Amino acid sequence: MSEQYPALLVIVPLLSALVISVAGWVNKRLCFPIAVAALGVAAWSSVGLLFRVLDEGVIVYKLGGWSPPMGIAYYIDYLNGLVLPVVSIVALLNLISSKKIVEQQFPDKAGPFYTLYVLMVTGLLGIVVTGDAFNLYVLLEIASLTGYGLLAMGEERAPLATLNYLYMGTIGACFYLLGIGYLYIVTGSLNMVDIARLLPPLYQSKAVLAAFIICMVGVWLKMAFFPLHAWLPNAYTYANSASSGLIAPLMTKVMVYVMIRLILTVFTPKFVFNTLAVHDAVVWLAVIAIVMGAVLALKERNLKKMLTYIVVAEVGYMVGGAWLGNRAGLTGAVLHIVNDALMTLCVFLVVGNIVYKIKGYAFGDLKGLFAKMPFTMGAFVIGALSIIGVPPTCGFFSKWYLILGAIQAHQYGFMVALLFSSLINVVLFFRVFEIGFYEPFSDHEGHEHHPAVMAEAPLTMLVPLYVVAISLILVGLYTGDIVNHIVQFVIPKGFM
Amino acid sequence: METITSIRPLLAVLVSLLIIPLVVVSSRSPNVRESWTFVAAVAKFLIVLSMLPAILRGTEIVYTVVQFMPGAAIRFRVDALGMLFALVSSSLWIITSAYSIGYMRGLKEHGQTRYFCFFAICLSATIGAAFSANLLTLYLFYEILSLATYPLVTHHQDLEARSSGRKYLLYVVGASIGLVLPAMLICYNLAGTLEFSKNGILAGTAVSPSLLFILLFMFVFGFAKSAIMPMHSWLPAAMVAPTPVSALLHAVAVVKVGVFSIVRILTGVFGIQLLSSSHLGMAVCYVAAFTILVGSFIALSQNGLKRLLAFSTIAQLSYIVLGVALLSPKGMTGGMLHIAMHAFGKITLFFCAGAIFVATGKKNISEMIGIGRRMPVTMAAFFIASLSIIGMPPCGGFISKWYLALGTLQAHQIGFLVVLLFSSLLNACYFIPITYKAFFCRPEDAMFENKVQEAPAFCVVPLVITATISVILLFYPQPFLRLARMMVQSITGV
Amino acid sequence: MTDLISTVVAKYNYWIYITLMMIGLYAMIAKNNLVKKIVGMNIFQTAIILFYVSIGVKKGATIPILEHGHGPDVHHVVHAVDYINPLPHVLMLTAIVVGVATLGVALALAIRIYNNYNTLEENEILTQVREK
Repeated sequence: MSEQYPALLVIVPLLSALVISVAGWVNKRLCFPIAVAALGVAAWSSVGLLFRVLDEGVIVYKLGGWSPPMGIAYYIDYLNGLVLPVVSIVALLNLISSKKIVEQQFPDKAGPFYTLYVLMVTGLLGIVVTGDAFNLYVLLEIASLTGYGLLAMGEERAPLATLNYLYMGTIGACFYLLGIGYLYIVTGSLNMVDIARLLPPLYQSKAVLAAFIICMVGVWLKMAFFPLHAWLPNAYTYANSASSGLIAPLMTKVMVYVMIRLILTVFTPKFVFNTLAVHDAVVWLAVIAIVMGAVLALKERNLKKMLTYIVVAEVGYMVGGAWLGNRAGLTGAVLHIVNDALMTLCVFLVVGNIVYKIKGYAFGDLKGLFAKMPFTMGAFVIGALSIIGVPPTCGFFSKWYLILGAIQAHQYGFMVALLFSSLINVVLFFRVFEIGFYEPFSDHEGHEHHPAVMAEAPLTMLVPLYVVAISLILVGLYTGDIVNHIVQFVIPKGFM
Repeated sequence: METITSIRPLLAVLVSLLIIPLVVVSSRSPNVRESWTFVAAVAKFLIVLSMLPAILRGTEIVYTVVQFMPGAAIRFRVDALGMLFALVSSSLWIITSAYSIGYMRGLKEHGQTRYFCFFAICLSATIGAAFSANLLTLYLFYEILSLATYPLVTHHQDLEARSSGRKYLLYVVGASIGLVLPAMLICYNLAGTLEFSKNGILAGTAVSPSLLFILLFMFVFGFAKSAIMPMHSWLPAAMVAPTPVSALLHAVAVVKVGVFSIVRILTGVFGIQLLSSSHLGMAVCYVAAFTILVGSFIALSQNGLKRLLAFSTIAQLSYIVLGVALLSPKGMTGGMLHIAMHAFGKITLFFCAGAIFVATGKKNISEMIGIGRRMPVTMAAFFIASLSIIGMPPCGGFISKWYLALGTLQAHQIGFLVVLLFSSLLNACYFIPITYKAFFCRPEDAMFENKVQEAPAFCVVPLVITATISVILLFYPQPFLRLARMMVQSITGV
Repeated sequence: MTDLISTVVAKYNYWIYITLMMIGLYAMIAKNNLVKKIVGMNIFQTAIILFYVSIGVKKGATIPILEHGHGPDVHHVVHAVDYINPLPHVLMLTAIVVGVATLGVALALAIRIYNNYNTLEENEILTQVREK
């Protein structure tokens, strides 16, 4: 059974997507349990895989028994061994939370929604697990196309925002495909490990350079790396909260994973950091991304949109960390994939709860929220502290490694940008807290009793939220173990 | 030095967190709720006290919670200085809990459950900071304390509280993220560890003097809770908080965590060897002396009693920094001892201010003429405590000032002796008139009737206790003096 | 000059795909009508498909179906040079499917937008959005 985990991971959700779409015709109430079961199996196998990787090291799984470079192989090493459980667990938690949202907002579309949802998770898991560059493209498109469908189920402006995302996403994916084409021309292979083996004599080739740059631009487009971010805020804001809760934490993070995979496995750090030597420039781009993300977030008077700009800034954290070209920076970037996925999930689940109860997410709608929804806001505080980077939440520790990497690489601009963004995050979140905390009391001294009318979200939404919120602290406390047992093996030996 | 591994430091930190669910559950019956706070306060004090004999024997108690990376862990180490600070904070929490009940119920404040919960978190963080073995742990508890104090400062939830809360966050959280965090990481990069050591972790590293200077002041100003000028203005603003918060947090726990952090930086990160050889100690002394004088002068001009106390606190906190930065054994002893002496004196003064507010609703000094006739016990305690702050016998403040003065002489810095004495004079100038006018005004000026009408017993008894302790500390300054001496001895060897 | 021309001519397949890509990109950026943008996007995708198809080509080679694959003399040696590379073509089958799916999703979104705003001109939609 555990031998087949890599296949189960993708095939179970894929087949159950078909089952769900059929079940949607029969009885809409069947869709949700099937989806939960499918993602439960995926989560189970991904955790199982992580433990197998911890025991045995890298796992190679040949799909259909064809060996590479002819067949498609799944490689599970420490990097995707770590990312897989994050993707599957985040997706599962958000799925549980989305049940009530679907019932409230589009009960008649439950079948299509859960079908797309599970298909998208299939795509994301496939991207992370695959060891074949072209297979990655196909899975990327599966994840994207279903993502467009999910995002378009939203407010009136959602279809237009999604269409803009679709243009940019398609260009990004096409660029990636083009880059892979160049790689195929020079190496004749599409298997990542095989390409890496064939590349070293070709490091000086212009085609490899072109392939790398085109791939990177494509990946940056898909992860919304500033200034290629323009599609993200509207697409995520106007979508329904069940979809944005899945896509905001995972899509950008999975693309960061692809970038790190390309740097580490396909093109190898030697090519990227020694032969190319453009990493200083990319780090400065990341600095601009972080600063602009923070500043643009400051401009928003709308909780969900503010959070989307924070997502843009966080992408800058990870890109910058990965391109610092040292061990601490890369550790920080990999750790931040995990942490940021959890943090973003936490705050987007909070938005989901607020929208479910209050029917709005503009700052004006948040008045007195600490009294109305104390549990939701409690989790929001934990998520916010993690994004700000207050110990012992996990956000602090990835920031720690990122800043340490910046100091060791003498990239003080990046260090200042990280601190600046932390400070702006303090302002951003405490502005929201202030509205939730003071507004109904603004006029009086506050000495009398205010009977707080609690209107808390249902338990199926609170439980996933608290699982995430507590995991933010636990992941923070166990950072040392995660780094020692997993992340340090991600980075090739001999890398500074 | 002998070390013992024991979980007691962690328990001391956690005990007040564990009662929070109980406090929340019993929010409907206030008496049960407050008794949980008492249980936690007493338990915390007893746990701290149980470690005292071992510390006095010269051993240290160590407990590692988690190790993140080499040299950076959440680890507790109880030494003499941490013990001193923890004893002061945990004992005063018991008294403040009683006072809180009198004050909050006397004024029928809203959100009392929230208030007691966050108070408990603050105390956990304070004890955590006191027992920190390294800079990372200290930073962790420092941040938790900053954030947990925010709902207490802004308890009234009105516009004034909102603007004060903003100021508080800007100074305290802004400085810690903007200055302490990068300074800490630069230290880690230079030294490869963050564990406090006797000689200072930066001692052996080849660091340029200019970088040292920048790092030191990033720490000194970054720990803005110590209210060293120009990072002081959050403290007067934070006086919008309910008085028990001002009393325990803004005279004892929060501000002293700031000063305590600076002391740790000076002794554990830089080390006195490095500070004296690079003359950086003197630089800190000058900043502290400036704060002492300016703080005292501003206090002279205040009419709001709590604001006056806030500026007085700003000046007194810098005594501690000055004493330690003098780097002379006597000065360091005086500075550390002042943590305790000032705490008991200043908390009494705040208790008095709160008691006056509960009983009469008055906040300003100009409205308190003749108040001694109505609240004689309170004002007598006020007088005793102000003597302690001025540094006159028969109060404990005398001993710490005495050691500080000796310290300036030992360091051959007559200038700072003048600063200390002049500042004491200023203290007398702003404290003595308050008591004088309270008792000895002309009958026609008196604003209060002759009828004695004190605040509730829950308010008055605590302030009598703390005033009494202030007096007792002159005659029996143990175990604080012994702890301070042990700490200084372990650092300087004298 | 002649060098340049010969380079261009020798790699004309690249130039064609780049030109097509740019036409597609231009349409996506400059056109105001959403459907025209979608068409631009499709041209962009097709350009890349052409690129892949062209890199499989070899001079003098034939389609990758073994001659005499059945019959008595099956065991003769296969010369790779005789056949064009089939792999890029196979990959493009998938890419075409992806392209069609993307086009479908895009058109579905366009219909939703048309139902919401009664127009497909982007500037008119944005005015309507702003007015609300």
